[in-house]
Amino acid sequence: MSRRKTERLLNLVICLLATRRPLSAEQIRQAVPGYDRDGDEAFQRMFERDKNELREIGIPIDVVRDPWEDEPGYRIERQSYELPEITLEADEAAVLGLAAQVWQRASLAEAASGALLKLRAGGVATDETIGAGALELRLDTRDPAFPALWDAVRDRRLVRFDYRSAGSESVRSRTVEPWGVVSRRGRWYLAGFDRGRDAPRAFRLSRITGQVATVGRPGSVEVPPGVDLRAMVGFPEEPVEGRTAVIRVREGACEGLRQLSTAVRAGSDGWDEVELGFTDPERLAGWMASLGADVEVVEPPDAREAVIRRLKGALA
Amino acid sequence: MSGSADRLPRLLALVPYLMSHPGAQLGEVAGVFGLSEKQLIDDLQLVWMCGLPGHTPGDLIDVSWDGGEILIDNADTIARPLRLGIDEASALLVALRMLAAMPELAEVPGDALPRVVAKLERAAGEGAAAVSSQVAVDVDATPDALLRVREGLTRRRRLSLRYYVPGRDEVTPREVDPMRLVVVDGRTYLECWCYRAEAMRLFRLDRMLGVEVLEVAADPPAEAEPIDVAKGVFRPSPTDELVELEVTAAGRWVAEYYPCEEVTELGEGRLRVALRARDEDWLLKLALRLGDTGRVLSPPAMAERVREEAERALSRYAHRT
Repeated sequence: MSRRKTERLLNLVICLLATRRPLSAEQIRQAVPGYDRDGDEAFQRMFERDKNELREIGIPIDVVRDPWEDEPGYRIERQSYELPEITLEADEAAVLGLAAQVWQRASLAEAASGALLKLRAGGVATDETIGAGALELRLDTRDPAFPALWDAVRDRRLVRFDYRSAGSESVRSRTVEPWGVVSRRGRWYLAGFDRGRDAPRAFRLSRITGQVATVGRPGSVEVPPGVDLRAMVGFPEEPVEGRTAVIRVREGACEGLRQLSTAVRAGSDGWDEVELGFTDPERLAGWMASLGADVEVVEPPDAREAVIRRLKGALA
Repeated sequence: MSGSADRLPRLLALVPYLMSHPGAQLGEVAGVFGLSEKQLIDDLQLVWMCGLPGHTPGDLIDVSWDGGEILIDNADTIARPLRLGIDEASALLVALRMLAAMPELAEVPGDALPRVVAKLERAAGEGAAAVSSQVAVDVDATPDALLRVREGLTRRRRLSLRYYVPGRDEVTPREVDPMRLVVVDGRTYLECWCYRAEAMRLFRLDRMLGVEVLEVAADPPAEAEPIDVAKGVFRPSPTDELVELEVTAAGRWVAEYYPCEEVTELGEGRLRVALRARDEDWLLKLALRLGDTGRVLSPPAMAERVREEAERALSRYAHRT
């Protein structure tokens, strides 16, 4: 933005805030330096663009239509423009300081620091020294799809993107009503209603390929009241009654496995026997295969078979 | 916030800041706004050219910075900052909600959190509260280790840990001097000086199998500098060997789980990934785990080691089925 334009916009903001009565475009043209030089059409275009730019940075411009006037009038209502008076207690300032540094990347880090700057400009004492202390909190959003999805969630717009399901060989286009985004165990998910499947679904952001396109008008998505976003991305509750595997472990090996097992019986042939709780035989098999010739899954048979399958796969 | 597109929002915050901090120093204000003093003076000069319609000297904003002390006058129209935007308020509200989800960690005094949330929601335009409730951050259940780790931090005592490393299936004993807690993406880490590694380390609290508070004062060496978690929590050493794997669609989790230096799509969901391996044992374990969903391309000798180990393991299964 050129210096001249910044000057013109600042003067426009001051002019629209100062006026008690709405001003017509022509009155604004006379009052704000920078508009006066241009012809009618050029002025109209410029004024339209300027209004849009002010709205983009969050300045509420009222358009007042008086039935007795041909032209609409413009002004900025002080009450909807100004940050209300806020005072923070010392403990509140500390909490806010901690919150302001949470976002690590993407547009939200900028939004958070922008908010803090406005609060400080409004005379609020914020405390940013907390992060240097005993606790640091961070949220990361490296997924390229995050900013577009955040915008869609905010504006309640339908989104379309290409998605690869876990382990799938192909990428499919999904059309989703976004209900919210969730961070869980270091990963971000989109929770929403999948139009194609006609059911609520969660999508991992890292599996979205390419651009996220917004379709439809803002405000067209309705989030069902009381929807539990966390539950939507949670893994199915692990069964209370887990299964137990019996595993032979080479003496002196696999310290971690021994620590996590429920029982260890020392053997006499250089091999000990441990019992380990598990739920998913494939997950267990991945872990056991990684331990190579130091373990042998004795039972149950499906877990034993799964390990053998993995090891044969590694042979090929 | 020094780009020219951000200039107008900055000016609309700068003027109120100067109004509420009369006599502020150039250097201090430049620091708050992330500007050089030269850029700040340029901003002040611009502000000085603006004012009420009419633009006679009496209408213009009056700014001076004699002796580095900034005084502003005649700027009552924009004396208050602009209301918080939806993104601005939501970013803070989401973070505050996350803090609320971990009371044991954040140790926020009393009811400060709900008070701040209420004040912010009032300061924001409509809709910010709604957006922030559409963002959820799941925080790990409080790990058992937290109590002792906290004790070590507050009493400044050395800790003795038994730490589980799944990639190696190892439990290692470590003595550490705790420095602070770091919560990244919902996971809690202890940042500490580790005497075993003789370096700063981040240890996940949920992987601590045992924590003991030693009656030894924590005394980290002078070179113990905080880790910059902005660059990520997992940072393989650049001296670790760069290895290459090819994985099928079912093995793509490797690229999501480990930081990769290069990821190439090979079609049908297959990937070639280059990553830093701590050592060959780690890579061997990963290859065995992957089974037929991945294979090691480089180092080439590794493929043979994987085959040998798989054969040895299978021979145990062959002797009694």
